Amino acid sequence: MAKNEKPRKQRSAEQLAAQQREISVSEFFEKNRHLLGFDSPLRALLTTVKEGVDNALDACEEAGILPEVTIEITRVADLERVEAAAGATDAVCGFTGEVIAPEGATDAADDEPAASRGMFQHGLFDADAELTEEQEAEQQAAAKNGRDAKRAGRSVVAPAESYLVAIQDNGPGIVAEQVAKIFGKLLYGSKFHRLRQSRGQQGIGISAAGMYGQQTTGRPVRILTRTSPKKRAHYFEILLDVKGNRPDVRVQEERDWDHAQGTRVEIELKAKYQRGQRSVDTYLRATAVANPHVTIRYRDPEGVWTVYERASQTLPAEPREVKPHPYGVELGMFLRMLQTSDQKKVGSFLQNDFSRVSRAAAEEICNTAGVNMTTWLTRVVGEDATRLHAALAPEKVKLMNPPTDCVSPIGEDLLIESLAREYPKAFLRAVTRSPSVYRGNPFQVEVALAWGEGVPADGPATVLRFANRVPLLYQMGACAITKAVNSVPWKSYGVDQSRGAPPSGPLVLVVHLASVWVPFTSESKEAVAHYPEIVKELKLAIMECGRALGRHVTATRRHADALKKRDYIAKYIPKISEALQRILELDDAERDRTTTRLVEVLDRSRNL
Amino acid sequence: MSARRKRTPPPAGRAELDAITVGAIEGLARDVHGTIKALDRPTLVYPVRSLTNVTYDENVGYLEIGDATSERTLTVTTAKSFAQTLLMMDLARTQIRTDQHSTKREAYYVSKNWGEARFDDQPESDTVLDDIEAMFARLGVTREQLRFTAEEHGGSVAGQLVVIDTDPETGDDVLVDCSAQGSGSYSIPKDVEHLRFETDAKFILCIETGGSFDRLHRAKFWRRHKCILIELGGVPSRMCRRFVRRLSDACDLPVYAFTDCDPYGFANIYRTLKVGSGNAAHINRFFCVPRARFLGVTPQDIEDYKLPTHPMKEVDVKRARDALKNDPFFMAQPAWKRAIDQLLKAGHRAEQQAFAAHGLTYVHEVYLPERLANPRKFLP
Repeated sequence: MAKNEKPRKQRSAEQLAAQQREISVSEFFEKNRHLLGFDSPLRALLTTVKEGVDNALDACEEAGILPEVTIEITRVADLERVEAAAGATDAVCGFTGEVIAPEGATDAADDEPAASRGMFQHGLFDADAELTEEQEAEQQAAAKNGRDAKRAGRSVVAPAESYLVAIQDNGPGIVAEQVAKIFGKLLYGSKFHRLRQSRGQQGIGISAAGMYGQQTTGRPVRILTRTSPKKRAHYFEILLDVKGNRPDVRVQEERDWDHAQGTRVEIELKAKYQRGQRSVDTYLRATAVANPHVTIRYRDPEGVWTVYERASQTLPAEPREVKPHPYGVELGMFLRMLQTSDQKKVGSFLQNDFSRVSRAAAEEICNTAGVNMTTWLTRVVGEDATRLHAALAPEKVKLMNPPTDCVSPIGEDLLIESLAREYPKAFLRAVTRSPSVYRGNPFQVEVALAWGEGVPADGPATVLRFANRVPLLYQMGACAITKAVNSVPWKSYGVDQSRGAPPSGPLVLVVHLASVWVPFTSESKEAVAHYPEIVKELKLAIMECGRALGRHVTATRRHADALKKRDYIAKYIPKISEALQRILELDDAERDRTTTRLVEVLDRSRNL
Repeated sequence: MSARRKRTPPPAGRAELDAITVGAIEGLARDVHGTIKALDRPTLVYPVRSLTNVTYDENVGYLEIGDATSERTLTVTTAKSFAQTLLMMDLARTQIRTDQHSTKREAYYVSKNWGEARFDDQPESDTVLDDIEAMFARLGVTREQLRFTAEEHGGSVAGQLVVIDTDPETGDDVLVDCSAQGSGSYSIPKDVEHLRFETDAKFILCIETGGSFDRLHRAKFWRRHKCILIELGGVPSRMCRRFVRRLSDACDLPVYAFTDCDPYGFANIYRTLKVGSGNAAHINRFFCVPRARFLGVTPQDIEDYKLPTHPMKEVDVKRARDALKNDPFFMAQPAWKRAIDQLLKAGHRAEQQAFAAHGLTYVHEVYLPERLANPRKFLP
């Protein structure tokens, strides 16, 4: 140690306490926005669209409305140019801050999609090829822009620029009193405190998007919402007070809106638009696959409309809010439930606060734990509580699986129908497993695959991951779904696969995990955590599909072999007879007899 | 021509040979046809063509293909090549009956008339031809007898020899005097089976390079030493080997080889001349000259005649080591083993034209006469 080094200054607990203060959630996430999926301008755009669409769909479905969602992405620069050209306040999208123009009025006639442009014309599952092309085009365009800009004496355009994202639904609308909190406060929502399948979970997403927009452009989130045709719409401009995690409402007024009900959210943010595998375009196409009951209209920054019409006219069965299933409820949660329960006695607590616990099961649990059914809940502490919790394990008490209707799978038929639109000639198969439980949360796994004709055969199979119908585009490597796909023995189904790698060949896999609580690895909700129960169910579902595929591949091969065999026999056997005829100077009759015999001999042999 | 000259009897009549060949073709076809009649799957039998199926026995005299055979039974997937093999056999039969030849390339084009059984590429037809060649080699029939010829250069001949050929049109004898070719030479034809010979030569001298051949030819070396000069032109072609073999057998002449003193001269040129090649062992019984002996240039000659040398290259060393380790011929010959060891130890090599360092005529006036005085010292 150097001699002249000063001894470290000591601080008292009181001094330290002066520096200790509460951190608001919004402050935390302002510093850690990557956790929420805003780590790059490219991803920020996708996350913003994703959060908006998730909320719109959840709202519509909870209200029992067939969702129609419109997404418009506009370069702010374009917006201003078009407005300037039009010289009018109600130009293009009405994002002037003064007027939010109703959808119908804003769309110029040539802006409207002439016909429904199906998702599959874009080759959803061929994203890699598209990416390369698009990137090339973009690079060329960027180079050209750069040159043009230089020629005009301006600096080269920065890669991230301001975009205006608008997401509009036909949902139930939001009552005016709640708008500010929903959009201006992190961790405010209806979904966190219940066990029920929904896209959003924590109540972070849309306000985080607004916060990102505010940080990068300084512009407030704008909301137009109408709850009923009998009421006027409400218009809000909201900033987020980051320190206080409080909404800062700048504008609030009533307006006319020619939509009977619904919500339109507009966020201006610095972003980057790009097509390809992890783009807004891909996300919306994938969303349409997993949500056949939704109509999506999308206008990209080039002004091109893409419409995914709904394939199904019925809403998915409404997910039911459920109580936790005893299997896998962790001790901490169990103790909290004990303390907060409205029930008076152990027996009724077990029967009423958990799902699938009958009176007989409750008695069994109590016997195992050595606790009386009629013991007051308030008396259950320490050892008793621990023993009670231990008695909830599957080895100790046989319980029915959690109820099916609390999760809402897409369904085998609709999955196949979705894939059939893209791959009409491919082999299709879908499997929806029975619900299962992890940590007391019911979940259900679905897998669909398309194989063969029309499916791009180069490189690894395309794996489309979904959680509660939401496409997962990032963090593929960290996801339990990827792990499950790679650990399945594809070779035994006649599909190529290197060890531990994804299968390769003309294969598209759709994997959907539906749950009342999807365990994501982070708040940006891109990868499913590796719960053994979930991985096991995923594998079983994939393997069930795989076995069907294997039978199909074998049958196809056998059929192809048979065709080839017939073809070979027809082509070459007469040539053998001809050669023998010439060498041995046989007559034509003997030549033909030789052919007949040869065909007979070869037909007898089953092998090629 | 002098009366002392030996004139070889006509070889087994060409007609006779052709009859044997056609008989072999028809015999195979009959077997196939008979098997089909018995409602069984026909099978063709080929010798296994790989180094694992090659042996060398000095008493046999050449690298011999072993007994290992592979059977190819007709299946749906092999139907095409099976048909092609039979059609190719038919082509051979037709060629013999009409006295025609075809090159491998021509045979490929002929197949274009076979409809679905046609070849798409010459390598395909070459493979079938090689298979047929191997199959018939077991029956004692060469590819040349089947009238398929290669397009390689056959080699040149000069010296005390009259080759009696046949006019393809009239069938009359045509006499080619190899001592009357001026400064040029006689080219070995594609088919040598029908040739007859008349000679008073005492030996055949096979020479690696055209340069050395030319020097001896111009000096009329063949007249003074009563011999026949053959220009091998590197590794001798099948026809060249076959010509030397037939000539030496028919006239009972010793055969001496004169090559560069390097591993290529030993292991590739001389070895192939004497015992045939390793990767075409199925034909070696016809295309080799087991009685050939190695005159020079030997590693000892480099010392004895103080020849200018070049250092051995890596590839030379590798080839020499390979010969000692893997070549059944050299492995069976201790004298060769010693010679190659000597060369490796010296680490240099010398060319046959290096004698020019002692004067242009030194090779035929001093070196060759000295070596020829004692043929028993030649390497085996």
